[in-house]
Amino acid sequence: MSDQGITELLVAIAVGGSLGAALLAMLADHYIKYARWLVFVPLGISGVSSTMAGVGVLFGLPTFTITLPLGLPWLHWHLNFDLLSSFFLAVIGIVTVAVSIFGPGYVRDYERGHYSQALLGIATGLFVAGMQLVVLADDTFAFMIAWELMSVSSYLLVAYEHHESANRRAAFIYLLMAQIGAVLILLAFGVMSGFGSDLSFTALRTNELTPLWQTIAFTLALLGFGMKAGIVPLHIWLPEAHPVAPSHISALMSGVMLKIAVYGFIRFTFDLLGSPQWSWGVAVLIIGSITALFGVLYALMQHDLKRLLAYHSVENIGIIYIGLGLAMIFFGSGFPKLGLLGLVGALYHTLNHALFKSLLFLGAGAILQRSHEHSLEHMGGLIRHMPWTAVFFLIGCLSISALPPLNGFVSEWLIFQTALQATVLEGGVLRAIIPLTAAVLALSGALAAACFVKVYSVVFLGVGRAKRVRHVHEARPSMVLAQALLAGLCLLFGVLPTLTVAALGRVTQALTGEGLASATRYGWLWLTPVSPKVASYSAPLVALGIIIALSVWVVIYFWVRSSRSGSSIVIRDPWDCGFGSLTSRMQYTPSAFTMPIRQIFQPAFLVHEDNVREMDPQLPTRPAQLRYNMHVEDITWNAVYRPVENAIHKASRLVGRIQTGHLRHYLAYSFITLLVLLWLIA
Amino acid sequence: MADRLSLLAWLLALLQTLLFIALAPLFSGWVKRMKCYLQNRQPPGWWQPYRDLRRLLSKDLVISHTASPIFRITPYIVCGTAILAASVIPFIVINVPIGSMADAIVLVGVFALGRFFVALAGMDVGTSFGGMGSSREMTVAALAEPAMLLVLFTLAMVAGSTNLATIVTHTLGEPLVLRPSLLFSLAALILVSIAETGRVPVDNPATHLELTMIHEAMILEYSGRHLGLIEYSSQIKLMIYAVLIANLFFPWGIAQSTTPLELTTALAAVLAKLGLLGMLLALVESVVAKMRIFRVPTFLAVAFTIALVGMLSAIILEAGA
Repeated sequence: MSDQGITELLVAIAVGGSLGAALLAMLADHYIKYARWLVFVPLGISGVSSTMAGVGVLFGLPTFTITLPLGLPWLHWHLNFDLLSSFFLAVIGIVTVAVSIFGPGYVRDYERGHYSQALLGIATGLFVAGMQLVVLADDTFAFMIAWELMSVSSYLLVAYEHHESANRRAAFIYLLMAQIGAVLILLAFGVMSGFGSDLSFTALRTNELTPLWQTIAFTLALLGFGMKAGIVPLHIWLPEAHPVAPSHISALMSGVMLKIAVYGFIRFTFDLLGSPQWSWGVAVLIIGSITALFGVLYALMQHDLKRLLAYHSVENIGIIYIGLGLAMIFFGSGFPKLGLLGLVGALYHTLNHALFKSLLFLGAGAILQRSHEHSLEHMGGLIRHMPWTAVFFLIGCLSISALPPLNGFVSEWLIFQTALQATVLEGGVLRAIIPLTAAVLALSGALAAACFVKVYSVVFLGVGRAKRVRHVHEARPSMVLAQALLAGLCLLFGVLPTLTVAALGRVTQALTGEGLASATRYGWLWLTPVSPKVASYSAPLVALGIIIALSVWVVIYFWVRSSRSGSSIVIRDPWDCGFGSLTSRMQYTPSAFTMPIRQIFQPAFLVHEDNVREMDPQLPTRPAQLRYNMHVEDITWNAVYRPVENAIHKASRLVGRIQTGHLRHYLAYSFITLLVLLWLIA
Repeated sequence: MADRLSLLAWLLALLQTLLFIALAPLFSGWVKRMKCYLQNRQPPGWWQPYRDLRRLLSKDLVISHTASPIFRITPYIVCGTAILAASVIPFIVINVPIGSMADAIVLVGVFALGRFFVALAGMDVGTSFGGMGSSREMTVAALAEPAMLLVLFTLAMVAGSTNLATIVTHTLGEPLVLRPSLLFSLAALILVSIAETGRVPVDNPATHLELTMIHEAMILEYSGRHLGLIEYSSQIKLMIYAVLIANLFFPWGIAQSTTPLELTTALAAVLAKLGLLGMLLALVESVVAKMRIFRVPTFLAVAFTIALVGMLSAIILEAGA
């Protein structure tokens, strides 16, 4: 078989596997015992071959284009599997594999419930297939079909536990935003194809648009894809939809689907539109910075673990957009080498976020399944009951907080390095704005670390705050294995960044025609984005340093211990200031932990505080019970969405006036319409 | 980069790091000594910090029954990251191979790693003190870290590199002019250092008064060798910040080659600089009162703003020069 045949076969298995999962899932309700295998085995196969196809093409397998006899009579489906697609297909594949390992254990809890297994399986299969087809599509029609397949099937997944009204509401918001986004994307493609012959991407690439129309198309695409990616203030569906979906679906949605929006944006801006203008880059940069800071500040204030992770997705999308914005600025001002660096940083962060966010969502799913507890305020001490989940969750927390030597640090480091090259630019404003965004990035990184100290210590450390979290068990072995896989990859991509950057360099070379040779010139040990004099980072050596430090301690520890007789460790109660035993309610709560930050950034929040004091009926001056409720509302609801909602209501009332209910009025409307139409045609 | 991998250079780097971490307790002792003189007290002997460490390291451990493995591994990670950070700093010789292993941003990241674990350990035992300390520490860090990065960014933009060694070499090569950007950055770095190392007026390393403390609250549950390691890493951290201030802004005297004469001069120079900085720190700690915890954000916002002004002046005023 030829090399190209191998790629085609792998991609066919990938898409076929996920569609097959959807087909087989139809049988799930009849064979409820085997339901989970019917779905997750083909899905796993699909994931593995997606990864193999993606990684294979990144490391030398040939790309391909193909026209399928599907679609409109005059426009068959064009599929194109190039390097950019292969990178994103690999991202889809890796997370799908992890989810397929995790899923069978997780959906077992639904077997006894009243929700249909078949629906879950069908929607999951179609969802993955939709995402795979989006990155393969090579014409507008196929792209939009795949995009809608992805959106609608994920709507079904968000609405899966539909017996609760909050879930239905979240799903509706999600569908509404997804459809508005899809319309904007369609309009963006419409502007592009209005100047060309047909709807295939090849034709769109050759179109010559005036700068004004280019900017219009870009703005529509930014908003449309941004709606899906979750840029502020279009992020509002994210914290609603992610917590209510089943956890393995949240992992797919947050880890992969948001990345598909990033893919769409990169494809549209860097590939179809061709040469990005620097002013667009400034817009993207500012949006990215606001998104990053906003996301992390709101994440800090959340009590629901999955909601918190959803807000962190907003933050990370912001970081990716900062990278993309820098890339566009440098490309637009004639520094393609530096632009590439930003693009590579953004792509690297895309991969990293897919890994650690899926890991954290899977961990959250394991915790949720075992403890049935959403609220952080009631957790605690889980490290004793779920040690493996605790270890892998810690790796996820370290990665997302951008700490060396894990993967999140590498991508943020690359973005910092790009931002620091701002001195080559001409304009004073540009030169000032880029370092400012670097400062915002630094601030959001530091806040993210604070947030994950809160998450980890409140969930896993300390003492259980509610009774039911004190008796949980470790998750099922397959679920732990899925987390182990992702945690291992987080470490791998953190410690060996040079190989990854080299592969990403090939992606960007295919996309923009510029190579990134200097970054990896000094072998796998050194990462030198611009030149070794400017900056260098050796993740393997830093990791080695940490390992050496730890092993030296271990050696000293055993040496000291063997030279002494007996254990020198005394186990006692914690220090209670001499007032008697401590209870689990005396621990710091998540709200208390973030109180200083809430005070400092007060203007960014809308805090609802509720202090209830119930008096003793016998003695009205003595309080019997004190309750304190605190909840932080997203300010964009009041600032953006409520005014829009009111305007729509007002407009529909105005339009409603012509609805009189009399037949003769409607006949008159028809008559007038006909007249106008005849006049227009004539 | 083959020349950087030569054995001799690595040996030199190792020796420099060992010297650095060996001198760290002495520097803390020096600051304490100066404070004693300023406050008319009899100072302890020169070797007292070392004796304290030895005493702690040989004592038995008392661990709470609620503590998890995170609590027990933290001291080793914290001390390890501190030593790793110390090995990256240009202390006596500029060009050491470890220097290109980690640049200024990695340095901040390594500090953040250590801090992450200390804050986890603070929350681990499940007492209010630990939580209080962790919460405050992470708040202070969330504001101090960006300011620190901004200072490093300014230096990196002026020198065109984030490698500490290149920054120092660049400053050495420059004629002695007063750059506003460096002046602002120096001021910001001093403020950040005070916050990050937990000195007065942000935190007080000598107090155990629960309502005011930050760092000491987090490590309240530690004892024996764990406490010793954490104290030691605090000393190393203090020394790192002092050396950063001394060598990034006043690098004169640092050895550019490895001749014995230059090495001796460099050692003498850096000791003199550190001695002076220690005196200044002692003076500040003696005349300034510790501030209220909710004034600290303002203090750090000032640091952040000064760092930002420094960066903007580097970009706008000095870019052409």
